[in-house]
Order: sequence, then structure tokens, then C-alpha cells
Amino acid sequence: MSLLSVENLEVLFNTDDGVITAVDKIGFELEEGEVLGLVGESGSGKSVTAKSLMQLNPLNTFYGKNSSIRLKLGVGELDVLRLKSSKELVVVRGGAISMIFQEPMASFAPAITIGSQMVEQLMIHTSLSRSAAQELSIEMLQRVGISEADKRFHQYAFELSGGMRQRAMIAMALSTKPKILIADEPTTALDVTIQAQVLDLMKDLIQEFGMAILFITHDLGVIAQVADRVAVMYLGRIVESGPVKQVLHSPAHPYTRSLLNSLPKLDALDEPLTPIPGDIPSPLERPPGCVFHTRCPEAIAGKCSSEIPISVNVEPGHQSACFLNESPVEKTA
Amino acid sequence: MSNQPLVEVENLNVDFPLGRSLLGKPPMLRAVNDVSLKIMPQTFFGLVGESGSGKTTLGRAMLRAAPITSGTISFNHGNTKYDVGAMSKMELKEYRKQAQLIFQDPYAALNPRMTVRDIIAEPLEVMELVQTREEADQKVREIASKCRLNLEHLRRFPHAFSGGQRQRISIARTLVCSPNFVVADESVAALDVSIQADILNLLKSLQNNLGLTFLFISHDLSVVAHICDTVAVMYLGTIVESAPTRSLFTQPKHPYTKALLSAIPTLNPEDRGKAQKLEGEIPSPVNPPSGCRFHTRCPVAEDRCRKEVPQWRESSPGHSVACHLVG
Repeated sequence: MSLLSVENLEVLFNTDDGVITAVDKIGFELEEGEVLGLVGESGSGKSVTAKSLMQLNPLNTFYGKNSSIRLKLGVGELDVLRLKSSKELVVVRGGAISMIFQEPMASFAPAITIGSQMVEQLMIHTSLSRSAAQELSIEMLQRVGISEADKRFHQYAFELSGGMRQRAMIAMALSTKPKILIADEPTTALDVTIQAQVLDLMKDLIQEFGMAILFITHDLGVIAQVADRVAVMYLGRIVESGPVKQVLHSPAHPYTRSLLNSLPKLDALDEPLTPIPGDIPSPLERPPGCVFHTRCPEAIAGKCSSEIPISVNVEPGHQSACFLNESPVEKTA
Repeated sequence: MSNQPLVEVENLNVDFPLGRSLLGKPPMLRAVNDVSLKIMPQTFFGLVGESGSGKTTLGRAMLRAAPITSGTISFNHGNTKYDVGAMSKMELKEYRKQAQLIFQDPYAALNPRMTVRDIIAEPLEVMELVQTREEADQKVREIASKCRLNLEHLRRFPHAFSGGQRQRISIARTLVCSPNFVVADESVAALDVSIQADILNLLKSLQNNLGLTFLFISHDLSVVAHICDTVAVMYLGTIVESAPTRSLFTQPKHPYTKALLSAIPTLNPEDRGKAQKLEGEIPSPVNPPSGCRFHTRCPVAEDRCRKEVPQWRESSPGHSVACHLVG
């Protein structure tokens, strides 16, 4: 079995305006040492999916009956969604899975030094003594390329620059040696030159620590540079998934194709930008049938608006949920 | 198109005081350092750089929304000429009708308690460009349809709209007083990619139809590459390179531009590891490096770069660069 297998995951929110489906029966697997990219626009449900892995969603969340998130731990396995109390969840939160967020300033406590925050979580998740935890933390800070780590250890988050803070966040997330690292838009708030540095660092750390990464981003370029496999999400569904080269070079789903066409590319300056028509529908008014049919340039009248397409293999390991992929003949007709 | 630039900036410096001191002058932070540029009429002029490079301050100085410490900014449109740094209050009032700003975040820029119609009409009323409500309505409808807004929506409030639609409302408000010069500061940065392309196409078509001149500020080089005619790259308050878009992106000359271009993640998974990496981070403008401001991170810096400030000169027609090592 894979390190992590998510099946039929359905995440719903109870709100004043009714029940919102944030994630609609998705499934994916994550192998050891693999980087899976989860890409989509805002509102596609990528962050909600990631947070579900640790049950970090707000209190008005409930999960579908058949949803399961199975995590391999040593010889056994557990279903994250069956864990009830936060005591039980400690094994997962920060233990088996760590998470780094988009805005490191918001994820560090502002009035506690970086060092004490790092030591605190090590004392919760490992049996290290305080001094050993401090030693390990400083070593991790050095490892992620922070100079004068023993000085930085005693500083507060506001004293560090954006890139430095994100490095410290990564050091903190990895110090408990998690099996899975969830990176939720870790470089979006950074400048491109700093982003390149952080992505490089993450690639090195994957090699060194061998953990699996679920990498969430809206930037297909970043996915192309770090991920092994990619899953494209739209309005709570995975519309296409597969090895990153196949998905980016021969996208099978119209949404993936449209997304790629709407990106400005530096090597094709004269090509016009083709926006995806219309706006992302509100989660309260999810379209029936294929969720993308309202904006799809290739939608089949009558069919896409009523039936939900199932995922089919277009190539080995490369899946797409579109009626056009089932019967390629119709495409030319 | 005339050969006279619409906006011309010469040796502009913008300083901000750092705190206050009782005795003497407080220490100053130089946000824009000796910048000169020319923006030709009816073009898109792109300004790129990382955060803290001074691009927003430069844009704001051109609208006189930031203090001008020294240097000149002149605005020439037909018979109207302004020395932006030394305008009287009356002139400034007139200048505001000519030069406008589009904001970054369409969620923060629109008053949630005003209808779309009132939001778009507000500049007309403030600047006293219309006498009657009918006249205002007429102008609002004109500009709204140019910005591809549904006229039915004018009675609604901003919360009913998505990011892309809000940005179109924001653009309509900027353009309703028929300005000639528009500063678009990170106007697509907050939008999703599928919406971003739509707004970029809209800006381009508005520019063509209304004969506008844009200063387009962005940190995203691929967006700038697609929409701008001329691009200037800023680093720590100075412009290090400026050229027609094609020439800048195909033959970058300054080491910083080269590094910036190669740091953009490409869509090709085969390109992994090809990027040329810049070490370190942008230094603090409070205490900028001596000589060339980029020398602390430059992969090819020499002794001279640490001591002498490189001259800003034209290295080939239209392509200017400030680097000792570019022949």
C-alpha cells in the first residue's frame, strides 16, 4: 500500500447559506519520497484537501461517509478521519505529517522566539531533552541555509526577512522527521529569486530526508520544476492527474489545456493570451454534471451539463475526467 | 505618434525620513535613486523588480503621491505641460484628471457600501466633470460597457462580484474621467491566472481604443513581457536596464536581469536545475551597498563594481544598461 491513500474524500462546510461542497469525492495516492503537486485556482479546494489530511479544517466541516484517508505508519495503518480527539491526532499532526504555509509571518507566533517554538514542538513529538532539542533545532536552521543559526535561534519572526522566515518554517517542519510534508503555496509570497532558492532547498531536502511532499500551488511553472506527479483541481474535483511531463506536455482535460493557454509564456511572446471565458462559479452554485462545463470551450451540449464524467486512463498512470477522453472520435466530429 | 515623451523623468530621487529626531534631520531612506526614464505616448511602459526595489514609489512619485526630493518629472500632453514636482494646487487638480491609478487589490479598492454605479461615478463628482446626474449616468454607462461590465450590474454592491469583475469595476472608475496616463500597480497580481489573461487583454484593448499610456508595474516578468512595449528593471531604487520588450527578454545585458529571467520557473519539466541562482537577498535600502548596488549578489562582480557607481548609458539603440561589464 502507498504511504498515503485518499479515497472518496468529500469535505462539506455547514454555513449560513447552506451546505457547501468544498471537495467532491476525490482520491489520490502518495508514495514514499514522491512529490505530488496539487494545482488549481482559488476555490478549487486544494488547501481544504491538504488540511483534511490532518483534520485542520474549521469546526463547521464534516466529511462524507465513505471518505477515508489511510496513512501507513510503521507496519500498521490508520484512517485519519476516524481519529476523534486532538490527543489521538498528535500522531498525525506534526508527527507523521508536517505542514508549511504560504505566509510564514502568520504561522510563527510573533511574541515567542523562533527557537522556543522549534524546541516546543520537538518536546511534544520526540523524547529529546530540552538541550538536545535545542541542538537539533540549531542544526536544522543551519541545514536550511540560515547563517548565524545560533543567533537566529534567539530571534523573533519579525527580525527575519521573508525568505529567511520560510527557511526557518521548513527547518521547523522537518525537525520532527515527518513522513509527509504538506507545502501550501510555500513560495507564493516570495520574490522570484528567493523562490528559486527555496525550491532548490526543498529539492535537496527531499533527497536527504526522503519524505513525501504534497506541494500545493496555483503556479504551473513551480509544479513543472518540483513535482513528480501532478493533480489538477477545479471546484473540488480532480479533473486530471498524472506524471508531470505527460500532463504538461499533453494535457488531456480541457481545463488543464485552457489553464496552460491562459498563462503568459516567456518563450512565446507573440502568442495571444487566451483567457478562460467567464468566472469561477461560486461554491454555492456548483454546476451539475461536469463542474467545468460552464466555461469549457469543448463542452458537449446536453451531456456535460447533466452527467458527471468519470476518470479514465488516457495513458498509463495519466487520468482525466472528461467525456472527450472516453470517445476521442467525437472530438473531431 | 509623436516623438515627444508623454512623461519624462530626470534624475529623480525620492527620500523618506526614518523616524523623527529632535535635533537636526532624521536619517533618510532613499527609495528611488537617480532614476531617469521616458514614457512615449500610447505605449505600455513596464516596470519590474522584486519587492523593495522602489517600483511602486516611482509610480506614485509620477502621480505626485510620493514626495519628490530632487529631480524633475514632466508631463506633456498636447498643449498641457506640467512640471509634476512644482505644481500649484490648481494645476495639481487638473493633473489628477490626466493621470490616474489602478490599484492592486480589487477587494480592498472598492467601498462595500456603495453601488457599482456610485463607485464609478465618484471621480466625476469629485472632480466636478459633470453637472447633472443624467450626465454622470451617461458617462458611467459608456465606460462600463467599454470595460465589458454588464449594465444591469451597476445597481449592485461590490460583494456580489468575483475578483475579475471587481477589477473591471476598478478599471472603469480609473478611466471614467478620461485620463491620458494610467499607473497600473500590480493590477493583475491578486487575480487567478484564467482571469488574469482576461484583464490583460482588456487593458490592451482599452489602450488601443482610448489612446492611453500605461505605466505597468509588476513583479511578474512573463506578464510584463506580454503586455509592455518597453520594460525597465529596477533594483534597490535604481533602474539597471531598460529596453524594448523583445530586446530585453531575448538579449538581457545586466547580470541582474539575466538572473531574474532565469529564476522564473518554466513550464518545461526538462528545464530543472538550469536556472542561474542568485545568492542572498535584496539588501536594506537604509544602508545600500557602495558602487554598483547589485554587487553583493552579482555573480560576475569585480573590484571596480564595489567602488564605482556604473554609468547609465545606451549600449545599443534603445537598450540602456547600468553595468561596468557590459560593453
